Amino acid sequence: MSATLKVVRPGLFDTVQDFGRIGFMALGMPTAGAMDRIALSLANALVGNPLGTAAIEIGVMGPDLLVEADSVRIALVGPLSPSLIDGQDAQPKPIESDRSHLLKRGQILRVGMIEGSSTAYLAIAGGLAIPMFMGSLSTYSRAGVGGFDGRKLAAGDVLPLARENAPAGNERKLGAPFDYGKGPIRVVWGPQDDYFSAKGRKTFIESDYKVSKEADRMGIRLDGPVIEHAKGADIISDGIGPGAIQVPGAGLPIVLLGDRQTVGGYSKIATVASVDLPRFGRLLPGQTVRFEAITVEEAEKLRRDQEVRLKSAIAGFQTARPPGGIDLVKLYEENLIDGVVF
Amino acid sequence: MSVRYLSCGDTAFTVEFGNEISPVINGQVMALHAAIGKAKAAGQLPGVVETVPTMRSLMVTYDPVSTTRAELLPEIEALIARGLKADGKTRQVTIPCCYDGEEFAPDLKEVAKATKKTPEQVIEAHLNSAFKVYVLGFMPGLAYIAGLDPSLYLPRRSQPRVRLPRSTVAIAMDMTTIYPFESPGGWHLIGRTPLMMFDQRQPQPVFLAPGDSVTFQRIDRKTYDRMAQEAERDTLDWKKLVKP
Repeated sequence: MSATLKVVRPGLFDTVQDFGRIGFMALGMPTAGAMDRIALSLANALVGNPLGTAAIEIGVMGPDLLVEADSVRIALVGPLSPSLIDGQDAQPKPIESDRSHLLKRGQILRVGMIEGSSTAYLAIAGGLAIPMFMGSLSTYSRAGVGGFDGRKLAAGDVLPLARENAPAGNERKLGAPFDYGKGPIRVVWGPQDDYFSAKGRKTFIESDYKVSKEADRMGIRLDGPVIEHAKGADIISDGIGPGAIQVPGAGLPIVLLGDRQTVGGYSKIATVASVDLPRFGRLLPGQTVRFEAITVEEAEKLRRDQEVRLKSAIAGFQTARPPGGIDLVKLYEENLIDGVVF
Repeated sequence: MSVRYLSCGDTAFTVEFGNEISPVINGQVMALHAAIGKAKAAGQLPGVVETVPTMRSLMVTYDPVSTTRAELLPEIEALIARGLKADGKTRQVTIPCCYDGEEFAPDLKEVAKATKKTPEQVIEAHLNSAFKVYVLGFMPGLAYIAGLDPSLYLPRRSQPRVRLPRSTVAIAMDMTTIYPFESPGGWHLIGRTPLMMFDQRQPQPVFLAPGDSVTFQRIDRKTYDRMAQEAERDTLDWKKLVKP
């Protein structure tokens, strides 16, 4: 019998994402991939998966998923208030986010709304049984490729699971919420900062910018003071890296993210440091950001420090005990010490 | 050779060979793209993820957790210093194209009028152009193919179309292109190929690659219909059309 999760009610923009489709930008293929690689990594680690295993990226509001497997272990990471429904007509019971849960056949997982972030993740122990496309499971919906049928999840979709049953083991939870950092978003000048006047660069770095409604997986358009060009907005197209901040003729910045096009013809004033891309990928319309310029060397170091913090967050996972339940791992470790055999 | 290194944050940098569109500059871009690919295949340049060639520059992406820009730049400079020669492995690609009728070539008459040619002369000039794929982008598989006969140079249409069919062959400025998906577009539509520029079923879903030499081959409507059906059923013999 096949194990599946069935979408009984879709969320707003739920797509399958991993670390992205790597190696095909030269053919015009965007990388796509998780908007928040930190939360994807944590969700996977909570269920015992390799960090880049494809999971469901929740956009703003998540789906209701019916468990059609004897058991499945999932983990939700993000500011969510999920609940579990034990069967038809049963009342939803709140469950915790930032931890793993063991779900049984017939239960419905209600992922619910994300509060204060645009993005959260649902990882499944063992992952999804979906064929890769060009080496990745990331959905790129503009071309209708990758992930589940190349699109966001819809009512009635049946997601095949790689495992028939949940692997044995305890439930785990985050020791503390991951610190994404506060304050200005760090950027590195370039590739075309010389296309802007000194005044334009000052405006960019000293102003508050508001996330507009035009924010999706491709990029986020910002509202705020107009940035002055010195050599014009148009360039001969060149490559667009993750977090590139392009400024078209109207002078308002657009930050390009996972589903960004591979090349483009607008001058790019700066690039979001990779350490702050996960934070950027969580922004909601109406939120305000400010930018701070750092050097490439500083950005590289911040990123490496963040990877170390991610590793220690994973090493610091705690066993999540059900109320009144026992901590099997702890008991086992104590047994080894005490030499008591039950 | 004056090469500029442009910063693209801490995960990429762009090697810019010039600020103009020329075959010489693009040749250098493609040679470095190939040289880095070769070095990577030989286990060198650890931490380099991929390279993105455009008309005049090459973006190199890297993993800042396993390397740094300061480590990579001297390696890239050494590759350039060793001399950038095209590896001579240009693929020769033939693209069958049907130029017949309003449906496939709605702009052919207008192009003829604007270039003071007959429609037949426009087709002839397109067939005789020595095309080369400069860059892919904008959407997966969309190739900017330069080398159009100069007598056909036209600006883009003042009124772009909202929707045009997949596999439409179009021209604008000094280039030709083939739309991989049904999409909007502002170029002049002069034909249609039975080939798909992006086909999920293929092991290599994108048909063209940067550096390819391209020639168009005229086919009639009957041949188009047969080949389009074969392409649809995935029974078309692609290999005949691509010479390595």
